[in-house]
Amino acid sequence: MNPLDVLKSAVSNTFRNKVRTLLTVIAIFIGAFTLTITSAIGAGVSSYIDAQISSIGGDSMLTVSSAPDAAPAGDGPTPYDPDKQATASGMSLLSEDDVTAIAAVDGIADVQPAVMLSPDFIEFDGNGKFEIAVNPMAGIATIDLAAGAQLENGAGQNQILLPASYVDGLGFADAESAIGQPVTLAISDYEGTQHTVEAVVQGVQNDSLFASGAGLNADLRDELDALKQTAKPAAVPSGYVMAIAFLADGTTPAQLDDIQAALTEQGLLGMTVTDQIGAIQDVINGIIGVLNAFAVIALIAAGFGIINTLLMSVQERTREIGLMKAMGMGGGKIFALFSFEAIFIGLLGSALGAAVAIGLGSGLSSALSATVLSGLPGLTIMLFTPASIATIIGIVMAIAFLAGTLPARRAAKQNPIDALRYE
Amino acid sequence: MTELILQATDIGKSYGHGDGRFDALKGVSLDVRRGESVAIVGKSGSGKSTLMHLLALLDEPDRGTIRVGGVDAQQLKPRALNKLRNKDFGFVFQQFFLTPNATVLDNVTLPLMIAGVGPRERKARGMAVLEQMELADKAKNKATNLSGGQKQRAVIARALVNNPSVIFADEPTGNLDSATGAVVEDILFELNKTQGITLIIVTHDRELAARCDRQFFIKDGLEAVPDAAASVAPANSAAGANA
Ligand SMILES: Nc1ncnc2c1ncn2[C@@H]1O[C@H](COP(=O)(O)OP(=O)(O)OP(=O)(O)O)[C@@H](O)[C@H]1O
Ligand SMILES: [Mg+2]
Repeated sequence: MNPLDVLKSAVSNTFRNKVRTLLTVIAIFIGAFTLTITSAIGAGVSSYIDAQISSIGGDSMLTVSSAPDAAPAGDGPTPYDPDKQATASGMSLLSEDDVTAIAAVDGIADVQPAVMLSPDFIEFDGNGKFEIAVNPMAGIATIDLAAGAQLENGAGQNQILLPASYVDGLGFADAESAIGQPVTLAISDYEGTQHTVEAVVQGVQNDSLFASGAGLNADLRDELDALKQTAKPAAVPSGYVMAIAFLADGTTPAQLDDIQAALTEQGLLGMTVTDQIGAIQDVINGIIGVLNAFAVIALIAAGFGIINTLLMSVQERTREIGLMKAMGMGGGKIFALFSFEAIFIGLLGSALGAAVAIGLGSGLSSALSATVLSGLPGLTIMLFTPASIATIIGIVMAIAFLAGTLPARRAAKQNPIDALRYE
Repeated sequence: MTELILQATDIGKSYGHGDGRFDALKGVSLDVRRGESVAIVGKSGSGKSTLMHLLALLDEPDRGTIRVGGVDAQQLKPRALNKLRNKDFGFVFQQFFLTPNATVLDNVTLPLMIAGVGPRERKARGMAVLEQMELADKAKNKATNLSGGQKQRAVIARALVNNPSVIFADEPTGNLDSATGAVVEDILFELNKTQGITLIIVTHDRELAARCDRQFFIKDGLEAVPDAAASVAPANSAAGANA
C-alpha cells in the first residue's frame, strides 16, 4: 500500500462513523480552543510588558536608592539615627557623596540623580491651568511616543513630553499639533512664591503602565529645581530620592550581579526594571501557566476520547483488518493507517479550535482595547502568532498520535485468522 | 508430472491450552500440483478450514512443514510472506468479507491497493475482472446493495484481480442457493481450465467435491480413508454431468 493510499484511506475511514468522529473532534476542539486563547493572552500580556520594560530603559540601567537598613539582630525595631537624612515621608535620601560613590562603581558608565519635582500647574495659551505630575525617569530613558521626538538633554532649550491625556485639556487639536508649541509651567519655592518657566512641547507620550507623568529634559529640570530651592531653610535635608545609573554597554548578567553587590556594600539598593517588574511578570506567567495546564488536561482527556473512538473502530473493523492482513498487508501499514486516522482527528479538532479561537479572540481583543482597556494603548490582550498556533496544532497532533498508538498496535498485531473468525 | 506448488508434511495444529486444548489437525500430509483442483472434504468441525488456512500461510502449524514451490514457508521473511499471499494467492472465504460502505470496485481492487498499484491501473484491472464476472455495471454500487450471488462473484473478482496462481475457496457456494451456487462453481472451474489457476476448495458439498480433479477427505483432524467417498463418487459424476 503506498503512503498516499494509506493517507486517503485513513481520512475516509475517519468519516465512516460521523457522529463518533464529531464527538471526539469536539472534545479536542475544546482543549485546542482553550489552549490557543490562554497562550494568546500570555503572549499578549508578556509582549506588552516587554515593550513597557524597554520603554523605560530595559536592563541597561539601574534605579539606585538608599537601601532600607537591614534589620538588626534580634528582629527588634531599628534604633533612631538623627544624622540620617530623610524626606518627610521617612524615605532615606541619596546624598551627593552617594552619587559620587555610585559613579565610582566598576561597570557604571554614568549616573543621573533623579530630582523630585512637583510643578503647581501647566498652561497653554491661557486655556486653563492643570495640575501635572512629573515622571522622574523621563529624559533619562526612552519613552514610548505618540508624536514628536525624544527629549534632548543640554539642548539649550526647555523641553517637555506631554502625557497623551493632556493634549485635549490644554487645548491642542491633536498630538501632532502640540509639537513645538510653548507651554508655561509654574513651581513654588520654600517661601511659597510661585515662579513660571516656559518650555516647548517636544513630544506626546503614550500612556503606559510604568512611566506616568510629564517628561522634562535636563535643562528644564535644572531650572525648575533651582527655582524650587530658592530660599531653602538650612534645616531642610537635601538629596535625591533616587539616581539612575547607566550600565556600560555589553554588561553581562554576572557583571550586573557584581555591580548590584558593590552597591549593596555602599548601603545602596540598585534594581533593574526587570527586578522591579519581574515579580509582576512572574505572577502573570504563573497564572497563564495554570490556565495552559488546564487546557492541556482537557486535551489529555480528549486523547482518551481518541483512544476510545479508535478502539471501537478497530473492534468494528476486525474482519476488515484480518482480510487486509490475509491479502498481504503488513502490520506496519495497518499501524500507520490507524495512526494517521488518530492524527487526522487531532488535526481536525485543533485546526478548528485554533481557527475559532483566533476569530473570536481577535474580535474580543479589539473590542476590549477600544473599551475596557483603552487606558493601556499598545496592549493587545490576545496575541496570536503563527508559530504558537503551529506549536499548538503540533502538540495536539502529537497527543492524538500517542493516543492512537494503543488502538493502532492492537490492530497491527491482529492475527488474520482470529480476525476472520471473529463474529 | 507437473511441479508441486504446495507440499504439507505431517502438519498438526492445536487450539487452546490445558484442559481446553483441542487438536484440530493431528498430522496431515497433502501435496498440490500446479493447475489441479483439489477438494478438501469433511464434516463440520473436522478441520477443513484450519487446513486451508495453514496451506494459505495465514497461520503457522504447531508441527510439520509446509513447502511453497519447494521453499520451507518457515524460512520466509514476513515481507516475502505478505508478498506471496498478495501476488500468488487469491482468497474466497466462508463469508463474503466485503467492506459494506465501499464501492464494489474499491472492494475488488483492495489487493492491488495493498500491493501499492497506482489508482489508474487499479481501476483498469478492477474493471477488467468485473467485466469477466459480469458485474461491470455494478462497479460504482456500494457492496451492501449486491445480491448474494453478485457478492460471491465480487469476492471471486477480488481473488482474481492480482492474477494469482492459486485460489483458496472456503465453502464458495455455502451461502448461495443451488442455482447461483452452480454458476459460481462454473466460473471457478472455467478459471481452472482456461487460466490454469490451481483451485483448493473446502466444501462439505459432495457434488462440488466430485467436480474437482482430486478429493482430500478429512475426519477429526486426520486424513480419512476414502471408503465413504467411494459411494459418493458415482453419484457425483452423475451430478457433474447434469451441471
Ligand atoms: N481459534 C480457535 N480456538 C479454538 N478452537 C478452534 C479455533 N478455530 C477452530 N477451532 C476448532 O477446530 C476445529 C476445526 O475447525 P475448522 O474451522 O477447521 O472446521 P471446519 O472443518 O472448517 O468446519 P465447518 O465445515 O463447520 O467450517 C473445530 O472443532 C473448531 O471448533
Ligand atoms: Mg470451515
